[in-house]
Amino acid sequence: MAAKTLLINGTMVSAREGETILEAARDAGVKIPTLCHLDGLSDVGACRLCLVEVGGRLRPACTTTVSEGMDVHTHTDALKAYRRQIIELLFAERGHVCAVCVASGHCELQDMAVTLGMDHVRYAYLAPTCSVDISHERFGLDHNRCILCSRCVRACDEVEGVHTWDIAGRGTSARVITDMNQPWGESETCTACGKCLLACPTGALFKRGATVAEMEHAPARIAMIVESRRVRG
Amino acid sequence: MNPKLRLATVWLGGCSGCHMSLLDLDEWLIDLAAHVDLVYSPIADTKIFPSAVDLALVEGAIANNEHLELIHTIRRNSRILVSLGDCAVTGNVTALRNPLGAAAPTLQQIYVDHGDPRGIIPSEPGIVPVLLDTVVPVHAVVPVDHFLPGCPPPAPRIRAMLEALLEGRTPDAQGPEMLRFG
Amino acid sequence: MELHDLQLIARRERERRRRIRIHCCTSSGCLASQGLEIQKRLEAAVAEAGLEGEVEVVGVGCIGSCGQGPMVEIAPEGTLYEYVRPEDADAIVAAINGGECSVQRGDPLRPFFTRQFPIVRKNAGKIDPERIEEYIAAGGYRSLYRAINEMTPAEVIDEITRSGLRGRGGAGYPTGLKWSTVAKSRGERKYVVCNGDEGDPGAFMDRSVLESDPHLVLEGMCIAAYAIGADQGYIYVRGEYPFAIQRLQKAINQAKKFGLLGSQIFDSTFDFRVDIRVGAGAFVCGEETALLASIEGRRGQPRPRPPYPAESGLWGKPTLINNVETFANIASIIEHGPDWYASIGTETSRGTKVFALTGKIHNTGLIEVPMGITLREIVHQLGGGGHSGSEVKAVQTGGPSGGCIPASLFDTPVDYESLAQVGSIMGSGGMVVMDNSTNMVELAKFYMEFCKDESCGKCVPCRVGTVQIHRLLEKITAGQGSQADIDQLQELCQLLRNTSLCGLGQSAPNPVMSTLKYFTEEYEHLIER
Repeated sequence: MAAKTLLINGTMVSAREGETILEAARDAGVKIPTLCHLDGLSDVGACRLCLVEVGGRLRPACTTTVSEGMDVHTHTDALKAYRRQIIELLFAERGHVCAVCVASGHCELQDMAVTLGMDHVRYAYLAPTCSVDISHERFGLDHNRCILCSRCVRACDEVEGVHTWDIAGRGTSARVITDMNQPWGESETCTACGKCLLACPTGALFKRGATVAEMEHAPARIAMIVESRRVRG
Repeated sequence: MNPKLRLATVWLGGCSGCHMSLLDLDEWLIDLAAHVDLVYSPIADTKIFPSAVDLALVEGAIANNEHLELIHTIRRNSRILVSLGDCAVTGNVTALRNPLGAAAPTLQQIYVDHGDPRGIIPSEPGIVPVLLDTVVPVHAVVPVDHFLPGCPPPAPRIRAMLEALLEGRTPDAQGPEMLRFG
Repeated sequence: MELHDLQLIARRERERRRRIRIHCCTSSGCLASQGLEIQKRLEAAVAEAGLEGEVEVVGVGCIGSCGQGPMVEIAPEGTLYEYVRPEDADAIVAAINGGECSVQRGDPLRPFFTRQFPIVRKNAGKIDPERIEEYIAAGGYRSLYRAINEMTPAEVIDEITRSGLRGRGGAGYPTGLKWSTVAKSRGERKYVVCNGDEGDPGAFMDRSVLESDPHLVLEGMCIAAYAIGADQGYIYVRGEYPFAIQRLQKAINQAKKFGLLGSQIFDSTFDFRVDIRVGAGAFVCGEETALLASIEGRRGQPRPRPPYPAESGLWGKPTLINNVETFANIASIIEHGPDWYASIGTETSRGTKVFALTGKIHNTGLIEVPMGITLREIVHQLGGGGHSGSEVKAVQTGGPSGGCIPASLFDTPVDYESLAQVGSIMGSGGMVVMDNSTNMVELAKFYMEFCKDESCGKCVPCRVGTVQIHRLLEKITAGQGSQADIDQLQELCQLLRNTSLCGLGQSAPNPVMSTLKYFTEEYEHLIER
């Protein structure tokens, strides 16, 4: 496999052919913010936080592969401003109330707000009516906290292999659903493996019985499962 | 010696937890007292928001007509306005009622549909403030100079902000120590 | 099927024809105003007058001046009747032999017709779209024969490249280049896809082409398949177009029966099958990667490009995807040659473009004009100016993805670059005309409402940004906005334009940004109140 040389923020960096900008940057110690990306799962380029500037154009770092001589900038003023807008839009979209959330303290959205310097949200809070599904005997789903990153959908489809989760509806009315949009507890495909809980970046998916700040996800375990499968062949 | 800073702290639509956190500054409050005159506060006995306030720390969201009126008074009479805590900054728990709809359907659901059998919506015009249709953060109504998130903001966070403002610096609102919601 | 078979079918068809043909428009617009009933009554009137030997009534595709429909034309003499009602049938038939007829006549020599240059619409309103024989009699499938029997795939691509044809879906990507990319992409299987998911409010060009001349699109697809080495094609038509789907299916069945689709076309080794896929009502499926996902049976939402469909499309295979109108140009380019086509239009935008003229304009309907024509000519000559004499203020091209162009810029020529320069796009061909009674902020709000409803919800800027922009516009139109709201509006528009995943989000701010630029005073008026 050939190596590629590229510039990240003015520094020469080498990367493997076929690697994404995100991977190359991480190897070089440059942290690009992400939410919908999860190691071990396919990339969808949906959250737009990892947009970087490549030769004057914006590209998602998670789905753009490196090429020789590429000139990448990851933290321009414009990019920082866009990321700040995006995280604010997410907080304004649904009922993200960290104070009463099971995942507070272990939440990628909450952490991302800190990383991006969000001290308040300039946009109007949309305050939609979102349901909570606790029909499953072990797990719960609170749509208020879902950011539609689709990590649960991909973990279920690509790692567990049952595709219980998907997304229905469109725009801000889009919701993650189980099977044919039936209560999770009535899903015929769900194996209750809990990989969706491992993958969820927020408090949207939680263990029943967990109260404020008690829900810890373990997203790294998804990559671990995928990697051990690969090594075993 | 510099004249003392005229400090106001205000309790709007919140649980007073932010004020509890302020009181958690313990003995530092004595140091603070050397630099400020507390001209208005739920822990001081002043009924009317005074004029020429240097710094107003506002806890709580804008949830009723009284808050709405007061926040405009505060803004008019304060040089620096700080949103103190998640309710002031985001609406937070106070705004959890927003998805239920406007004030009337909210009261209907709380007091009648899911309330006790007598099901009476409280109404004491002039005594009980009237709910706004939507709970909003402070900056949705008036310009806010600084934001201090947290539910409540930890005491050291409040202190860092106050120290900066007392020294005439712009507070450095960066990093998990200063910013984390919840 | 051989060339002489085609010629034989054409000759028989011409011999079968009556001296006089009463063309009765049976496209969606006229059908909705009793077009079928009119056709039936005309047939009865012809029978009653005993004229069956020399007069025939033919249901044809769109004649063009939809605003004056239902339309009936007497061919070959060219008399046009407008606003026809079923009870007018007897008088229209009587008039053929010099009888009195008080039905309103249209002027076939008015600029609306004479300034047009029909290539895509060459058969529209002239042939029965439900009979392949009529298409063949009009010269149809000759280009396909020529391509398969007299040209190599490379030669076909070369002709398309030299013609200068660019994608008519809106973005204007050079068609020849796209074909050659797919041809060069490696894959054990390749696909041709026709994008008929026309969804812009006020746009009905593709519907009309599919309803009026479905074989023209099939022939174009077939030539494309031969050129790039595909054996399977899909036409993706939105479910809201039942007549287009019905006619297309009929056309596919007929073409199969005649050996013009399926195995060993024209007795060659070239196979090509076409299937229809019906959209389920999502605007975003007009975006190519979302459309392909939908054909594959997955949720119709876009994915980042690259890889482009040319390299990795349907089921990961190289896929050529062109718009209906693009395919409808192909047969004529092969027939008349690339130099002929390139001689029409401008240096960078060759050929013609079909537009759906709607809104506050005198002549509503479909037009096909050479590229380079000015907006002024379209609005004032073909369109006849504002509706009932009102003053035209602006035109909106490209639907929710396009911008509003003020009357002061009506000397802008209609080509891809010039329209982009003034902050709009060519788009697929929607052209909505506004007069002084139109509030431009309300208009921007309408388009943003459309975009927020049609956003698939995958990427954050488009999903939530469109809702926030719409809220700000609601606030402003309610008279509660401030300069800070306008600043926030502009900031959000920049975010969407620069960071959205697909064209829907990237272009969604265009109506807002163009009205903010050209009609600033209308926004200011609303925030001052």
